[in-house]
Amino acid sequence: MAAGVATWLPFARAAAVGWLPLAQQPLPPAPEVKASRGDEVLVVNVSGRRFETWKNTLDRYPDTLLGSSEKEFFYDAESGEYFFDRDPDMFRHVLNFYRTGRLHCPRQECIQAFDEELAFYGLVPELVGDCCLEEYRDRKKENAERLAEDEEAEQAGEGPALPAGSSLRQRLWRAFENPHTSTAALVFYYVTGFFIAVSVIANVVETIPCRSSARRPTREQPCGDRFPMAFFCMDTACVLIFTGEYLLRLFAAPSRCRFLRSVMSLIDVVAILPYYIGLFVPKNDDVSGAFVTLRVFRVFRIFKFSRHSQGLRILGYTLKSCASELGFLLFSLTMAIIIFATVMFYAEKGTSKTNFTSIPAAFWYTIVTMTTLGYGDMVPSTIAGKIFGSICSLSGVLVIALPVPVIVSNFSRIYHQNQRADKRRAQQKVRLARIRLAKSGTTNAFLQYKQNGGLEDSGSGEGQALCVRSRSAFEQQHHHLLHCLEKTTCHEFTDELTFSEALGAVSLGGRTSRSTSVSSQPMGPGSLLSSCCPRRAKRRAIRLANSTASVSRGSMQELDTLAGLRRSPAPQSRSSLNAKPHDSLDLNCDSPDFVAAIISIPTPPVNTPDESQPSSPGGGGSGGRSNTTLRNSSLGTPCLLPETVKISSL
Amino acid sequence: MSGCSKRCRLGFVKFAQTIFKLITGTLSKDKIEDELEMTMVCHRPEGLEQLEAQTNFTKRELQVLYRGFKNECPSGVVNEETFKQIYAQFFPHGDASTYAHYLFNAFDTTQTGSVKFEDFVSALSILLRGTVHEKLRWTFNLYDINKDGYINKEEMMDIVKAIYDMMGKYTYPVLKEDTPRQHVDVFFQKMDKNKDGIVTLDEFLESCQEDDNIMKSLQLFQNVM
Repeated sequence: MAAGVATWLPFARAAAVGWLPLAQQPLPPAPEVKASRGDEVLVVNVSGRRFETWKNTLDRYPDTLLGSSEKEFFYDAESGEYFFDRDPDMFRHVLNFYRTGRLHCPRQECIQAFDEELAFYGLVPELVGDCCLEEYRDRKKENAERLAEDEEAEQAGEGPALPAGSSLRQRLWRAFENPHTSTAALVFYYVTGFFIAVSVIANVVETIPCRSSARRPTREQPCGDRFPMAFFCMDTACVLIFTGEYLLRLFAAPSRCRFLRSVMSLIDVVAILPYYIGLFVPKNDDVSGAFVTLRVFRVFRIFKFSRHSQGLRILGYTLKSCASELGFLLFSLTMAIIIFATVMFYAEKGTSKTNFTSIPAAFWYTIVTMTTLGYGDMVPSTIAGKIFGSICSLSGVLVIALPVPVIVSNFSRIYHQNQRADKRRAQQKVRLARIRLAKSGTTNAFLQYKQNGGLEDSGSGEGQALCVRSRSAFEQQHHHLLHCLEKTTCHEFTDELTFSEALGAVSLGGRTSRSTSVSSQPMGPGSLLSSCCPRRAKRRAIRLANSTASVSRGSMQELDTLAGLRRSPAPQSRSSLNAKPHDSLDLNCDSPDFVAAIISIPTPPVNTPDESQPSSPGGGGSGGRSNTTLRNSSLGTPCLLPETVKISSL
Repeated sequence: MSGCSKRCRLGFVKFAQTIFKLITGTLSKDKIEDELEMTMVCHRPEGLEQLEAQTNFTKRELQVLYRGFKNECPSGVVNEETFKQIYAQFFPHGDASTYAHYLFNAFDTTQTGSVKFEDFVSALSILLRGTVHEKLRWTFNLYDINKDGYINKEEMMDIVKAIYDMMGKYTYPVLKEDTPRQHVDVFFQKMDKNKDGIVTLDEFLESCQEDDNIMKSLQLFQNVM
């Protein structure tokens, strides 16, 4: 457990007072733990490194830790200094802030560690000086992005197993978003991908000239006209699939409005609309011209691949994030084009048979020259034209080369981020598993301790020392806390193995023997009932009044309840945690016959052995009676003094 | 549909802005909202002397408490999430979040949603160094979830269920469905003197003081600090 948590233990233990009225048994005693500050120069000791400064310096900023009375909490009267258990290297920067008024950000430290130190000393991050502010903010943003990605990935990824009661809609949506979650989703994913490819290829092949039929061997037709039926069928099939997919997505989307406005759904709609429009448009020549242009939109189906390909998505995202740079590029290019086109037009105006018939005509020349394409379909012939033409091509190179590195760096950053995210997601699982493994040590510490019989009373001196390994004060107190919780709820912590054993035994529980026992605890005049199986016990409260009298009135009693059927009285084998009696567990409170309870009476030195005599069976008996002495199940080791476990049957 | 049309309008405005930005090529400024990240709520406790006067702790103990508190929560306040995390570390077997929630509400006497050091220390002072009366009253306040001065069966049921949740799945004997209910019934039988279905503070105090077990156990936590 983290060292910092140790300081919260007293609070958690104090909060255990809240369990007291509910506890039906007295709580175990607490462990005995040996226990264990005008102008002057202040000494601040940070993890051993001493910093000395004037009191005035610190008082300059009264709304921080060092400047206010909060530092008195850290004052050590014996040594006369203020002790902080923090990073001394970082403290240097904090102290310099008081001295110079500027907070500098250390370049080589992790930005989050720096933030934590600032938070501890009460400094607002805005105080970072101008010289370091840009870098600080950039690093912080990068960090935040990375963390946000992680969270998003956790939420959106395989992490959330849908609750069992999730509707069809939720499951469908999840299958669409994360195709690798179920095989059906994966199949669907691949099938749609296949059909997108088929549709695009069909569109392309449609326009290839096929040799027409033997009737007119010289005339070539595009394949689309040669096999219209085949292409139409293929198109229909693809569109049907796409329509079905779109409708399903629309149905499954958690927010239909938002889905309708999203880019991918727009692409979907645009991809399938031409087909439907074509179906309903009558086949006359006026409209079919327009209809043919609509078919161009079918090529948008290729964008549907972006759901399947991450690279495409990254590209799209890059372009979106570089929108301002692209805009700048476009705008400056436009300016340059207009300027140079005008100049070229007027330079070439005089020439006869010139291509530069108008300024817009000169646009084409300018664009081709500036992008260094140089088709050569328009060339200047006058000297002035050539001079300006060369200036045009030189400036073209410059204008285009400038924004490109920005776009490239953006793309590279986003691409690497994505790669990192994937890598991190893959490593996360392994990391978590290892952490869980390391942590399980502390979880099991309490169970181990119980197994070794540590919970027995301190009365048995050396016996205990032998079995139980020494624990730190923290562990002792923590185990005491867990023990209190056990007492409050009358249930014990066990490990998975024992639990499944118990579960199995419970399901097997029969009702062979009618041995019943009732446990009770004398709490003074009998109104109080502290049995752990209260339903049975309530009814027997009255009857118990007699039997309780002889039961030990010890200061501490452990009460275990189990209902069991009795097998043969063979010597029982001890399970890992509990020396279960040969009775198996069967809290079968429905059975009207029996509830078996075991009273174990540990041996506080106060109790005399007399008190652990088996009580006389109280009340009228029903059915079989048995008085058995059973080993206490929960204190399992040879260290324990086997005390009587009474079962009195009624 | 008004929300939809408003969103559409916003979208259109944003679109126009984007076009404008494209033309003018302005670099995207960091949005102001992003900068105003959650301003750190910072709270500084009252002075050491005042706290010493208000609680039953000595200066030294307060120092120790504060150092721990400050370490975990540099901002000076604990919010419910942190509280739940801290408490959960002590009960790795089960789920301590529900009980931590009730505990948090009991600590947060001013119902602000965050526990300051003063709240923390005053509650600890009652629990560890207070009189029996004070402790029992604090416990009553804990059980009374809606703070109306009475404990009814539902509140008790919630509390008991939360406590049993902390035990986790693997218990011995096996936890049954109605174990919490039985527990609550026993409790009510004991506490509810006039059998009217609710437990008032006086009934609670009286019943607890009659119970030796509880009285004895109350002394257990004296030396926690």
